[in-house]
Amino acid sequence: MTSAEIIPILEEKFGGRIKSKKLDALDPFVVVDPADLLEVCRFLRDDPRLHFDLLNCISGVDYLEPDPKKAPKAGFEPHTEVVYHLSSFAHPGQRFVLKLILPRWKDDKPGRIPEVPSVTSLWPAADWHEREVYDLSGIWFEGHPDLRRILLAEDWVGHPLRKDYEFPLEYHGIRGR
Amino acid sequence: MGWLEGISEESFITTTLEQAINWARQSSMWPMTFGLACCAIEMMATGASKYDMDRFGAGAFRATPRQADLMIVAGTVNYKMASRVRRLYNQMPDPKFVIAMGACTCGGGPYYKYGYNVVKGVDLVVPVDVYVPGCPPRPEALLEGLMRIQDKVNGMKDLTKNQPIEVPIPSRTGYVHLPPELEDMKKANDFCIKNKAKAAPAKA
Repeated sequence: MTSAEIIPILEEKFGGRIKSKKLDALDPFVVVDPADLLEVCRFLRDDPRLHFDLLNCISGVDYLEPDPKKAPKAGFEPHTEVVYHLSSFAHPGQRFVLKLILPRWKDDKPGRIPEVPSVTSLWPAADWHEREVYDLSGIWFEGHPDLRRILLAEDWVGHPLRKDYEFPLEYHGIRGR
Repeated sequence: MGWLEGISEESFITTTLEQAINWARQSSMWPMTFGLACCAIEMMATGASKYDMDRFGAGAFRATPRQADLMIVAGTVNYKMASRVRRLYNQMPDPKFVIAMGACTCGGGPYYKYGYNVVKGVDLVVPVDVYVPGCPPRPEALLEGLMRIQDKVNGMKDLTKNQPIEVPIPSRTGYVHLPPELEDMKKANDFCIKNKAKAAPAKA
């Protein structure tokens, strides 16, 4: 089943809770609200027609043009996305992409990272993926059993793959540049 | 001549104690098995049969810093690893030597500008004796670096004079003489301007 056939099934089930869809992309995707994420994911995993039993990856994407001169031409408003790539062992070759669109900072207060429900209860593979997204992109996964930094040191400050990240000048007595 | 007669035929040499110790020390450098990234593959090749680091007495890679006197930092050092590198260095017995192998350990390499977690040169963490540039360096280059270390050991006078270790002027130096048109700043500037004018596209 292709994505073009899966999206109508989702729309039939969830109606207006599917916020938007894009069919002409290379990987067609739908966008849902973070509040509906768990329900949609559970349906995608458990419905016998879909049966997405494998979570390939979770990605955090930061949309921001830090250069104020280039910002008007960037073609997007500053925001953050979380992308879920799913596939199925039961129906080989069947794939699907799910996106969440979030503000860059929770309540537009810089320093407070946005929150998303964790999908570790559905796919245990999400555990380390979510830790990595938290570590590098700065997105908090609510309900994750053990959300620590996975790659960087535990006392690291900031999330390096955010576009407005400032490199450390010093770390434990070691010069940064 | 008395008892000295014919003594050199009986496998007898005279030397100073320091030279003998330095000779023994430089002929049995024991590196630490310590690879951080892709340079370690090249270090393994250097230790393996084709390049055979053991020819120079440095083939006994020890799995513990307590038994090693040469640390070849092979690969990218990041901040999380830096404290471990320093700790391993501190655990090595004196006299100890460090080779910074590869562009990343020499100065950050390709991660210099955008590597948020890469140490910009391992000399910010531990004192480095010999830098071996390259990405990764050829095994021959690492052997050359080892020979630099051996030169350094050979010049050590800490036993008799208790002097700090100084690098002797190496016999096989990599120093490059600049061509005459680049030897001072003004000449080099003129040379660049002239070259730029030459390379400018011809006007139609």
